Amino acid sequence: MSRQLWLASQDTKLQDGFFVHTDFLQFILSGLTTGSIYALIALGFCVVSNTMGIVNFIQVDFVTLGGMFMFTSLFTLGLPALPALVLAVAAVALVAMVLERIGLRPARSANHLVLIFLTVGLSIILRGLIKLVWGTNRMALPPLSSDVPVQILGASVLPQALWIFGLTMLAIAVLTWFFHRTSLGLCMRAVAVNPTAAAVVGIASGRIRLTSYAIAGALGGLAGVLVTPITTLNYDVGVLLGLKGFAAAILGGFGSFPGAILGGLGLGLVESVSAGYLSSAYKDVVAFVLLLLVLCVRPKGLLGR
Amino acid sequence: MTSIQRLLYFLTLHRTGLAVCMVSLGALLFPVLDDNPYTLGLSHLVAINTLVVLGLNLFIGYAGQISLGHATFFGLGAYGSAIISTTWAVSPWLSLILVALCVALLALVIGIPVLRLSGHYLAMATLGLNFVVYTILIQWDEVTGGPSGFAGIPALSCADFVFDTPVRQHYLLWAFALGAMLLMLNLVRSGVGRGLAAVAGDEIAASSLGVNTQAAKVKIFVLSAVLASLAGSLFAHSFGYISPDTFGIFASTDFVIMVVVGGMGSIWGAAFGAAFLTLLPEWMDIFDTYKDLVHGGILVLVLMFLPQGLVTGLMDMLKIRWALRRHNASA
Repeated sequence: MSRQLWLASQDTKLQDGFFVHTDFLQFILSGLTTGSIYALIALGFCVVSNTMGIVNFIQVDFVTLGGMFMFTSLFTLGLPALPALVLAVAAVALVAMVLERIGLRPARSANHLVLIFLTVGLSIILRGLIKLVWGTNRMALPPLSSDVPVQILGASVLPQALWIFGLTMLAIAVLTWFFHRTSLGLCMRAVAVNPTAAAVVGIASGRIRLTSYAIAGALGGLAGVLVTPITTLNYDVGVLLGLKGFAAAILGGFGSFPGAILGGLGLGLVESVSAGYLSSAYKDVVAFVLLLLVLCVRPKGLLGR
Repeated sequence: MTSIQRLLYFLTLHRTGLAVCMVSLGALLFPVLDDNPYTLGLSHLVAINTLVVLGLNLFIGYAGQISLGHATFFGLGAYGSAIISTTWAVSPWLSLILVALCVALLALVIGIPVLRLSGHYLAMATLGLNFVVYTILIQWDEVTGGPSGFAGIPALSCADFVFDTPVRQHYLLWAFALGAMLLMLNLVRSGVGRGLAAVAGDEIAASSLGVNTQAAKVKIFVLSAVLASLAGSLFAHSFGYISPDTFGIFASTDFVIMVVVGGMGSIWGAAFGAAFLTLLPEWMDIFDTYKDLVHGGILVLVLMFLPQGLVTGLMDMLKIRWALRRHNASA
């Protein structure tokens, strides 16, 4: 390229600078929005993995279930948005606890292969039930508040995105408080560090497993409630989101809570920027290519121990 | 030794070989007894699924790892062979081999880094791969035919003998399935197979006894991927039409259910599981509505009550019953 051409191209770049900047900001913001969702799901994976040492495939359906319960409590029960959200999240947590109690605990097997396949089986059953109850049609959920975009630094942001940021922050704050200030949370951390030693000092493993499923269910449900107004609601909407949440958990270092948050946000950013500048048709592929790359280069993840 | 004892001894000694002969005889005579194309179509599916499940079963049962993406290799085998033989007009046998080599390479590329880690990362890596491949099969429609599928795939042939009728395909597919079964039965009794069984039992103990655990796992992963690819190619060439829905992530979980139902690590169980789940919809009218519930329910119940699988679990129960009876009789 000749020098003049180069200068000319720089010139147009400078003129476009403002737009380039807002575009970029737009991508960053939308990346952080989806990233928060991935972070919530990734945290759910980590909680169960830390206490039981298994990959919990039901997490995927907790996300769908969150959206479905939100739909029911908004339209069938006619609740306002915030109580409906609380009800939906609580309901998913309850379902998760029931599943752990009647679906996983009776197995009493220490073989991880058996337990992981059990979660796969329970996930298939749950998806079948969701199909039976809510049908296979696509449904739309209204956002939590108005859908008029807000302008931030020249980029337009949906109020739903602000809800997502806010409630993700809140969830992280509550989790931090729970794991550092309550005795149940401290017990769960003890089990994560050393299950045998925790059992020796008398921490009941059943209660810990039940709590970890409740937390995983609540996090997955919250992610589902928050994200389905942006996507649509379908019986398998959680599958892809859940898989990406898992990719985020590995990206950050599987089992590490700060890692899950960082991995989620990072994955969201990479995905949105690559969709913006490369191609949006293969946007979903990016997450898994990134996952494979991370597993090759740094299998412990960004913050793994 | 009386003659009855000698006969029993002969039967016990050669039980595997005799069982293989019996199954082969059954497969050989099946078209003579029933040449209804629909029934033969089902038996084709059983043979193809057996081929996939044999490999996956070896990987899950002997390497102790989870692959939730074997439909990927199955699909790559089918689409690869279809595209090479139809679009590029290469001979079907050659395309089958070419695709199997490519799939082996892909499995190697994924298996080496991921199987180096302890923990179940491969489950998600393969699930992700399945998702990626499924997306590509749908999106890249100028090559793959997109969601409407790929039709007009030529049948396999030997010189002038074309495998185009259901009866001929029956023999072709079952020859492959039984060949793979024979290979597996011999493999698990070889030094390599014993090493693998040790890996599944206790990885640290196996490696301290000199088994290269990582290499063993990768080899089995590649072998199972190649078997799945082979099954996919055979599927494409015998049915002549393929569509992406056969190769989604739910197909992968179906393969896993077949392995678990038959019993992880049991080769006869793999064949049983493949046949059981392939034929299940035929016996149940309400199957379409409740497919997920039935499949999930079977998986959960088997894992909860017979984690060794139906075949191994029931055999073990019978053996214990017999041993107790003998003990009581002698006491």
